[in-house]
Amino acid sequence: MKTDFPRLWGVPLLLGVITAAGLLAGLFGDGVWDVFSAIALGIPILAAGWNAGRRQPRR
Amino acid sequence: MVLSVRKWYWVHKWSSLICTLFLLVVCVTGLPLIFLDEISAHWRCDPSPAELSAATPLTNLDRLVASATGKGGIFPGETVRWLSIEDDSGQIWMGLAPSYDAPRGLDHVVRFDARSGKVIHAARSGEHTSPLWLGLMFRLHTDLFAGLYGELFLAAMGALFVVATVSGVALYGPFMKNLSFGTVRREKSARVQWLDIHNLLGIATVVWVIAVGVTGIINQLSTPLYDIWRSTALSGLLADDKGQPMPAQLSSVQAAYRTALRAEPGRAVRSIRFPDGELGSPYHYLIWTKGDTPLTSQLLKPLLVDARTGQLSATLSLPWYLTVLLTARPLHFGDYGGLPLKLIWAALDLVAIVILISGLMLWKSRRAAVASRLAELDVHRVATASDTLHN
Repeated sequence: MKTDFPRLWGVPLLLGVITAAGLLAGLFGDGVWDVFSAIALGIPILAAGWNAGRRQPRR
Repeated sequence: MVLSVRKWYWVHKWSSLICTLFLLVVCVTGLPLIFLDEISAHWRCDPSPAELSAATPLTNLDRLVASATGKGGIFPGETVRWLSIEDDSGQIWMGLAPSYDAPRGLDHVVRFDARSGKVIHAARSGEHTSPLWLGLMFRLHTDLFAGLYGELFLAAMGALFVVATVSGVALYGPFMKNLSFGTVRREKSARVQWLDIHNLLGIATVVWVIAVGVTGIINQLSTPLYDIWRSTALSGLLADDKGQPMPAQLSSVQAAYRTALRAEPGRAVRSIRFPDGELGSPYHYLIWTKGDTPLTSQLLKPLLVDARTGQLSATLSLPWYLTVLLTARPLHFGDYGGLPLKLIWAALDLVAIVILISGLMLWKSRRAAVASRLAELDVHRVATASDTLHN
């Protein structure tokens, strides 16, 4: 059985890229970039928290 | 990922077991430290901060020094160790010692208004700029009260933590194989739910965790790195002066300040270390300048102004390892994006604490179930590998 790479790694990779962008944005820019930074770094928390809290569909 | 799942599990288990308790101390103490500046400023009851810009004219530094250590000053006859210009609070801080040879533990800080030179607070030896409990948090977080050995020990724990995290990512694939992202199997045992939450929180925040972990390790090396820099770069420059006595009369620090600004147009002075045989140059003002972007404001550049003649002796470039260290600092503290970023940093720290605790709970409730699950995954992995070989 082949591993379904996108299903397994799609969201984690996306969250990773968003996190990296958030980390660097505030470092290289000010003002609006700081806001972007905070929002970007908040997204993984929201994604994890929302999933941890919701009713899980039957697989 | 050449290692089998069993081996990755072994790496993850042992690296985590050794470092988790220390990392819990680090993450819990780290939480208030994110807000070190805010808490300290509030505790000190400082007047409202009036940020300094690069163009703000500062009070005359010679008069400042005289008001502190001169004849009618607050601490007459004492030695100035350093000055720092605190942009965010609009203050100038002055590190003083009862005498040059006095133990560093007796150093104390006087804080002035940067524009007027008025004293905001003159602390005596033993008085601190942060509340005691926060200072204790800081010691626990950086060296467990064990000085350099503690710093290096925590660096090693940080390295184990990074190994644990990377091995955790290697395990994510096999363990989450038939589950879509975010699945928490509520229909199963509590242990499985903890596993799913551990994996979910872990993979969602792994980039932040590794960034803060790696930069934390680098931070722990700052003492040895600065020692190396001083004994290589600085001692090279001072070779000609070796054996000379330290200057009895120091040249004007205000003039040194202006010399630094002229030498580095577009940059501002961050701090000035007065002649110091241990932490600077015995014969020079060691002046650190900073740029005006969030990153360049961290990448300080040092220059030396001769405290005997007032002449600019040298502008130094940072060696790569100090550039790495200074870049690592903001990425570890999360203090470069204002309060919103600090709040998110704290939230991510809390997530890390939950990951650590859930890991401990998983280990505590381990049973033969784990062994058979691993056997299951290994067989599966071998079957998959041979599939791809023949495709």
